[in-house]
Amino acid sequence: MKTLKTFYENIGLPRLIIGLFFILLVVASLLLGFSPAALFSDVVRRWLMYGTLVLAMVPGIQSGIGLNFGISLGISSGLLGAVLAMEVAFVRDWNGLYGAGSPWMTLLLAIILGVIFAAIVGTLYGMLLNRVKGSEMTVSTYVGFSIIAFMNIVWLSLSFTNGELSWPLQGQGLRNTASLSGSFGGLLSNPDVVQNTQPEWLHWLAFRVGDFIVPMGLILVFGLMCFFVWLFFRSKTGIAMSGAGENQLFTTSSGINVDRKRIQGTAISTVIGAVGIILYAQTYGFLQLYNAPLMMGFASVASILIGGATVKRARISHVLIGTFLFQGILVTALPVVNEVVEIGTLPEVLRIIISNGIILYALSKTKGENQ
Amino acid sequence: MDDQYLLSMNNISKEYYGNRVLKNVNLQVKPGEIHALVGENGAGKSTLMNILFGMPVIFATGGFEGDILLNGEVTAIDSPHAAMNSGIGMVHQEFMLIPEFTVTENIKLGREIGESTALSKIFGNLLERLNWNQMKDDSRKALDSIGMMNIEEYAKVAGMPIGYKQFVEIAREIDKTGIKLLVFDEPTAVLTESEADRLLEIMRLIAQKGIAIIFITHRLTEVMAVADSMTILRDGEFVARKDVKDTSLVNIAELMIGRQVEKLVEDDLLGERELLDDRIALEFKDYYVDMPGERVQGMDVRIREGEIFGFGGLAGQGKIGIANGIMGLYETSGEVLVYDKPLVLSRLGEALRNGIAFVSEDRRGVGLLLGESIERNIIFSAMQINDEFVKRIGPMKILDQKAADEHTENMIKLLDIRCTGPSQVVGSLSGGNQQKVCLARALTMVPKILIVSEPTRGIDIGAKKLVLEYLTKINRELGMTIIMISSELVELRSLCDRIAIISEGKVFSVMKPNDSDAAFGLAMAGIREEVAR
Repeated sequence: MKTLKTFYENIGLPRLIIGLFFILLVVASLLLGFSPAALFSDVVRRWLMYGTLVLAMVPGIQSGIGLNFGISLGISSGLLGAVLAMEVAFVRDWNGLYGAGSPWMTLLLAIILGVIFAAIVGTLYGMLLNRVKGSEMTVSTYVGFSIIAFMNIVWLSLSFTNGELSWPLQGQGLRNTASLSGSFGGLLSNPDVVQNTQPEWLHWLAFRVGDFIVPMGLILVFGLMCFFVWLFFRSKTGIAMSGAGENQLFTTSSGINVDRKRIQGTAISTVIGAVGIILYAQTYGFLQLYNAPLMMGFASVASILIGGATVKRARISHVLIGTFLFQGILVTALPVVNEVVEIGTLPEVLRIIISNGIILYALSKTKGENQ
Repeated sequence: MDDQYLLSMNNISKEYYGNRVLKNVNLQVKPGEIHALVGENGAGKSTLMNILFGMPVIFATGGFEGDILLNGEVTAIDSPHAAMNSGIGMVHQEFMLIPEFTVTENIKLGREIGESTALSKIFGNLLERLNWNQMKDDSRKALDSIGMMNIEEYAKVAGMPIGYKQFVEIAREIDKTGIKLLVFDEPTAVLTESEADRLLEIMRLIAQKGIAIIFITHRLTEVMAVADSMTILRDGEFVARKDVKDTSLVNIAELMIGRQVEKLVEDDLLGERELLDDRIALEFKDYYVDMPGERVQGMDVRIREGEIFGFGGLAGQGKIGIANGIMGLYETSGEVLVYDKPLVLSRLGEALRNGIAFVSEDRRGVGLLLGESIERNIIFSAMQINDEFVKRIGPMKILDQKAADEHTENMIKLLDIRCTGPSQVVGSLSGGNQQKVCLARALTMVPKILIVSEPTRGIDIGAKKLVLEYLTKINRELGMTIIMISSELVELRSLCDRIAIISEGKVFSVMKPNDSDAAFGLAMAGIREEVAR
């Protein structure tokens, strides 16, 4: 009985409910005759697809800026890097020059550009957050929304020659959704893409075991990202950053510049967000511009909170568990709900209920620290 | 017979869930009398006062037995409001003041004086205009009547020294018309010694006006100094009602079940050793710290190597600011020399890099990462400042888990930190053990100079003794210079070689621990001995 109680306390009510709900959905979908392999392939794919975006929350929370609703800054940086990389690839005709290597070059360039943009924007954003101490989350929500509006203007005014990106029959503006199928889409996760376009020695990047898809490349990249973030928070700088997030006076009295650590944490969070959206896009196969990233910050926030993080402390395990549960529910709910009721938008409704509900729950549990 | 008493509570009994906390207790107070209510923690003092004030908690748990007589008449006090109407007021231990309001606003809160306006004639008195002049005059009068000429009625309460807040609270009670009985609940617990003396004087002043006072306290000397009579409770039972003039300290202590006089540090630990006047470990020259409420204003002092040096003084005089300034938490100016080397205090971590470690008086606010493990707390500073407990992997400096584990285990053993292991979260430890973690963090720096600020605040007597003994031990065995900042003179006098009394941000005088009580008392109050004579 006692172990049961500590078990319950360790898990917490929200995760217990969502976990049970997930299991229920899985059982239901299996009873309804869906292929378990296809279902779990989908769960794993979505898990890895969103994972890096959720991982971006960790440095923000640990360095004391709270839930980084402004992750849209990183997302926008990543998208900008991606479209620029694709345009460069098109103008320079990397397909002609590098053949099967061209998607790799594009992906690499996208990440490099995205990281550079994100580092600059993130630093400025960190400086902004230092001026609004105590209301970071409010401000970051505004910033997160504002940058999307600003980027809408940017997307509209960019005139690219790459036909995948620009509207057909028009000189200016980028498409709402740009396909990555000729570029780096699915390079790390889609067995069809990998098997058909890549040389044999790279076929391990994504393969099938029966019906189950193993996106090895994505697992590797996401795993490495997690490992580096974990390692970073065991380094001298990372521990100082955690300290700055937990207790500013303590950290100052240990001779650490708290404001600088917060800027670093914010910048790292933004950079991971930029990489996250590129990995997301390559898994999804499309670049989504304009308003598509508007609510991604909320989904990331909800995921890490489901995982058990608080607005002050987050661990890698929270990222893994939270993203798995959140995406798992969405993936399994769709076919089950479609089978049971005839409201097509129900999974979307479910997503909104879960993400907003969890954010509300977590915020109601935070303790005021300004008094 | 009862007529001579303003208040008598007869045969009061009270049960909380079958647990009898008061058994036939009697309490009688005459008008204009200062009556002390003494007893150990849990003797039933608070419950008795809750009954007197008609607190809801009493009635929610089944009421009480016995009678309350006011001026000889049985009075039913069934709510705090009824108590107020009967002329009973209370000065709370935790101040019931609104910090952002001025003194006048606080004194008049809920009893504002209004003037009718056109609007109020139509919509009722909620729309009356406040008569500020009248309110200010009343507040001034209330403050003057308790001798607080130097509190401005228009000042904000926020940022006032604790003692002043207490006086404002008293003024508020005095200002209530028809006040007959005032209860002071441990009023001196949060005050410094001179503020407490001031308070006692004020109590006498109030009593002279014919208002009766019930004085709840642990400090027997204060009872002897100010009370006319007393009621002693023990374990919920009435022990005795005595006139102070018929009794003695020893007598009261016996009745309460004698408190033993505690010895904080054993004599054999305090061995003799020689301190050289020309070996100066730390020197302050014209040192200023801009810490709100604890400003240091031009302090000069020289601390010898291997010395245990104490800083005492009243709250708000600046002793707390000394260490916080060195550690870079507040702006400083002037010179601080460590072994003749000047520190650049604007540089973060400067003091730590020069061998000074600090145990903060604000354990939970500054001293600890409450959400982190014992281990992280202990190694934090040493890792950041001295690059200890790190392994280099390429350009990264990664935590060396093994070294950290080993060190933490040692510290836990050395300081006897009661915990489940190095990974226990510090926030879940008791106050005394948290203090040991703070100490362990400071010692991990292997400092030449250790500054401990209020090392025994909020920890129990056993842990207190251990901490003080340990400080003495590391001083004697390692020759570490220790600077101790404390509000408790007893503590300072039991182990310091010299004690500097801080007054108005400056060193008022540097004293020996065996100087007379009177000398210390005067210094704390900022009075020169010559003047006192």
